[in-house]
Amino acid sequence: MTAPLHEPTAETAPSAAEEAALASADAKAVQGRSLGRIAWERLKRDKLALAGGVVVLLLVVVALFAPLITGILGQDPDEYHENLIDPLFGTPTGSLGGISGDHLLGVEPVNGRDILARILYGARISLLVGFLSAMVAVILGTVLGILAGFFGGWLDSAISRVMDGLLAFPQLLFIIALVSVMPNEMLGLSGSSVRVFVMILVIGFFGWPYIGRVVRGQTLSLREREYVEAARSLGAGRVYILFKELLPNLVAPIVVYSTMMIPTNILTEAALSFLGVGVKPPTASWGQMLSSAIDYYESDPMYMVVPGVAIFITVLAFNLFGDGVRDALDPKASR
Amino acid sequence: MLAYLIRRLFAAAVMLVVIVMVVFGIFFLVPKWAGVDIATSFVGKQADPAAVEGVRQKLGLGDPIYAQVWEFFKGIFVGRTYSGGGDTIQCAAPCFGYSFRSEQAVWPVLTDRFPVTLALALGAAVLWLVFGVAAGVLSALKRGTLWDRGAMVVALAGVSLPIYFTGMLSLAVFAFGLKWIDAQYVPLEDSFSGWFGAMILPWITLAFLYAAMYARITRATMLEILGEDYIRTARAKGLKEQTVIGKHAMRSTMTPILTMLGMDLGALIGGAILTESTFNLPGLGRAVLDAIRNQDLPIIVGVTLITSLAVLFANLVVDVLYAVIDPRVRLS
Repeated sequence: MTAPLHEPTAETAPSAAEEAALASADAKAVQGRSLGRIAWERLKRDKLALAGGVVVLLLVVVALFAPLITGILGQDPDEYHENLIDPLFGTPTGSLGGISGDHLLGVEPVNGRDILARILYGARISLLVGFLSAMVAVILGTVLGILAGFFGGWLDSAISRVMDGLLAFPQLLFIIALVSVMPNEMLGLSGSSVRVFVMILVIGFFGWPYIGRVVRGQTLSLREREYVEAARSLGAGRVYILFKELLPNLVAPIVVYSTMMIPTNILTEAALSFLGVGVKPPTASWGQMLSSAIDYYESDPMYMVVPGVAIFITVLAFNLFGDGVRDALDPKASR
Repeated sequence: MLAYLIRRLFAAAVMLVVIVMVVFGIFFLVPKWAGVDIATSFVGKQADPAAVEGVRQKLGLGDPIYAQVWEFFKGIFVGRTYSGGGDTIQCAAPCFGYSFRSEQAVWPVLTDRFPVTLALALGAAVLWLVFGVAAGVLSALKRGTLWDRGAMVVALAGVSLPIYFTGMLSLAVFAFGLKWIDAQYVPLEDSFSGWFGAMILPWITLAFLYAAMYARITRATMLEILGEDYIRTARAKGLKEQTVIGKHAMRSTMTPILTMLGMDLGALIGGAILTESTFNLPGLGRAVLDAIRNQDLPIIVGVTLITSLAVLFANLVVDVLYAVIDPRVRLS
């Protein structure tokens, strides 16, 4: 036995005691606990991760029901309120960027659109791109990672080289390059929906090597395990081994890496919209709000603070939750 | 060591060819598949048909693809002549393309912008290496203490903040609110203090993000290494804790950090697009942003190409440093 990776510290000591208690309880009434259950028990103890998870859930609900919520508030993300704008400076009248009972987070300079409504609609874009591009990355990464790890040989070398190459290059620049050569209309889509579609594909495409590398490594080590050999000796075919023996054991790392990928993707989407290659106005997105706020950071700082804080809270919540899921599913990994 | 160097150089040469082909693919093949007219996107959307046709001939877009790749590749080393549509344009080596919109070769634009980006990236790298690695090592050594938790909370916040938001906040507070610095960029040749004043916020902003990432990774790596057998052995044979950490643990911790540094620095040298656009610094990243706004695609092609080459070069340097730090690399 090597020395334990984690010496018990003040932080983990109580949980170790709890685990001991659970173990003794198990000894009395022998009861199997699945990996999912064990992970959930651990996750429940991680208050920060839970808080992150709750915020993520809230954000998803808010994004889904954005039209309903803005309807109840009586606001529309595209409606102009020029009467609330100081005609001389173009900034909102009233304090803190025009915050009032009607406009809870104030209004935009120049045209006076309601910021809260635009933030709510912007959440839809951020989460949509964040989730779906992670899904693209997970599908590509899992399939190619398993192929590389399971079959080995030239296929493995080829896939691994491609992954190394993709990981080494400046992604933001390549994404900008790809998005900027994409057509404005394709597959019957036009305007912002094309951009959203292209962003999902491109961000997902540049993200798959992160998943692929992990899946490949896991597959390589799992392939040689006794239980796979046992299955093989019982006459199991390749397909059976892949789906019944390997894939279930790959779920944990895939879940971990995809949760950690979502916040990065959200940041990338915001950055693209900030740079003007993301969604097109008038569709609301957080990055684009920040990019127009850059001209007003002196005269109307609230306009910049609101979308910035929205991105921060969202990404932080996902990061906290992702760290928690990682610790829960793989207590040995310290990264 | 020499054999190792030759192997790395050879691999880099192969990568160079691959990179050129990938960049060509992104700008010439992907649009073709997506049904976009490449000549139009090279001239800009409001160009007249004659100009578009001229560019089509100049770029040889009617030629077979292998011929196009070859011209593109050759241009980088021996220069290129664009002819067609009634005129001929000379693009001296290294030809990274020609901007038909602003009627100038791309290479001089890149070399003009390069020093700003280089200064930004190197200055920030020094800051984030010092602070990020130090914070990570201290956190790992004092695991579970208030310092560790505090540092990790700050680091988590750091990686969750978009860099342009931190940049705008710092501008609003230090340049506009407190008026400590003048954020207007001044070239180094004109005034050192003006240049330094304009660079200090971008340096700190950029370094904050990367220091947060490096602190998290350094801490995790260090914790993993502190659990290794050879650390226990080193302690067991009575080495001073200082030696155990400083000599044995630090050396292994630095290898993954160095790999990251190579990639990050390479990518940043190719343009810290977000930082430069937030602080309005006239570097390569700003050139990309301007090119997006003006639909000046050749500039984007040029920056993408030079960034990839910068990454390639940085990785080569890292590989060599690796061999110095870790003798096992040389032997394998």
